[in-house]
Amino acid sequence: MTEEQILSELAEILNEVAGVEASKVSADKSFLDDLEVDSLSMVEVVMAAEDKFGVKIPDEEVKNLRTVQDAINFIVKAK
Amino acid sequence: MTQIKAPFRPNGTKVAGVGGYRPKRVVTNDEVAPLIDSSDQWIRERSGIIHRRFAGPDETVAEMAKLATLKALEFANIEPEKVDLLILATATNPAQLPNLAMEVTHKIGATHAGAYDLGAACSGFSYGVAAASEAILAGDAEVAVIVGSERMSDFVSQYDRGTAFLFGDGAGAFVITSDEEFKIAPPVWGADGSMAEAICMTKSWTDFQAETASEFPSLKMEGQRVFRWAITEMVQVAHAALAKAGIQVADLGAFVPHQANQRITDHIAKSLNLPEHVAIAKDGIQMGNTTAATIPLALETLMENNEVKSGDLALIMGFGAGLSYSGQVIAIP
Repeated sequence: MTEEQILSELAEILNEVAGVEASKVSADKSFLDDLEVDSLSMVEVVMAAEDKFGVKIPDEEVKNLRTVQDAINFIVKAK
Repeated sequence: MTQIKAPFRPNGTKVAGVGGYRPKRVVTNDEVAPLIDSSDQWIRERSGIIHRRFAGPDETVAEMAKLATLKALEFANIEPEKVDLLILATATNPAQLPNLAMEVTHKIGATHAGAYDLGAACSGFSYGVAAASEAILAGDAEVAVIVGSERMSDFVSQYDRGTAFLFGDGAGAFVITSDEEFKIAPPVWGADGSMAEAICMTKSWTDFQAETASEFPSLKMEGQRVFRWAITEMVQVAHAALAKAGIQVADLGAFVPHQANQRITDHIAKSLNLPEHVAIAKDGIQMGNTTAATIPLALETLMENNEVKSGDLALIMGFGAGLSYSGQVIAIP
């Protein structure tokens, strides 16, 4: 899976789970500050990402995922 | 050989009365927000909470428990002297001992009652419903009271961004008596001690004593970790509780989860696919998280708003610090 594909799937998840407009999602955006995804929605995003990408994202890791790129990097490494 | 006499054991038990006590002082988000660099909007989005109540100096854990208990006894039309067991579920007794349950029985004139406190935090009320029901089924008691009462404001730091806005004070009680039928289902309960640090105190009393200049212990919580546990594990608990009662989701009249956070309630309700006719308790929006008191207070509100009727089945379930959980189906009086 390319980074572009991961980005596109993440945008879909963010839209479904947190109501974020998919067009707003780019790799440099911060979940909290730019996309207004609060810490509880982040948990839901992480759970959906685990299902979609077949990876495990432990609770301790979640707070390190500040930007969309952080999430992409984690998923690439975990796959 | 001499046999021990077997007590009379009824066929079943029921909730005969419900009563709550809400402290006088209403505390809005606007009052709480500045101390945690937050806003009314942020608090509402994060938790659904609009306001909560903080107990005043006269509204002690025992006093609030007494008032909730008297209200529930009035509902049940039972004299306080008839109570022979009172269980007080609380996490906020400000002293190691004595338990507060007997202060309540003393205040209400229940001179024949056994009394003890039950410590299971947010699961305490449901564990207590089971304990009270079982006492009656065993023939140990005829009129039992389970009352949850909390002064969370004594132990939550106003400056902790993760917890300051969530918790409130209050008390709620059920009166439980025998019945020809089974109107309180067996509980589903459990605990995960590996997650004890997800909701705990910043330090123990002995640590506090050992430190020369130290901040008072307060509640701390790993919000994201607890949220994830609640929205996944508690769905299974709900299904198990329904199965133990031998009913389906569609048979419910009400879903009354511990009012930890409206977003948790919404998530679990969605995962359970609750049909539209099932009333969903949301009293936490007005009261905050009152730990062991949330369930009876939330049920009382549904009843007062006529969102449920007598005889409807309600799934009550508590979950929280421990981490622990307990839930069961009851018939609404």
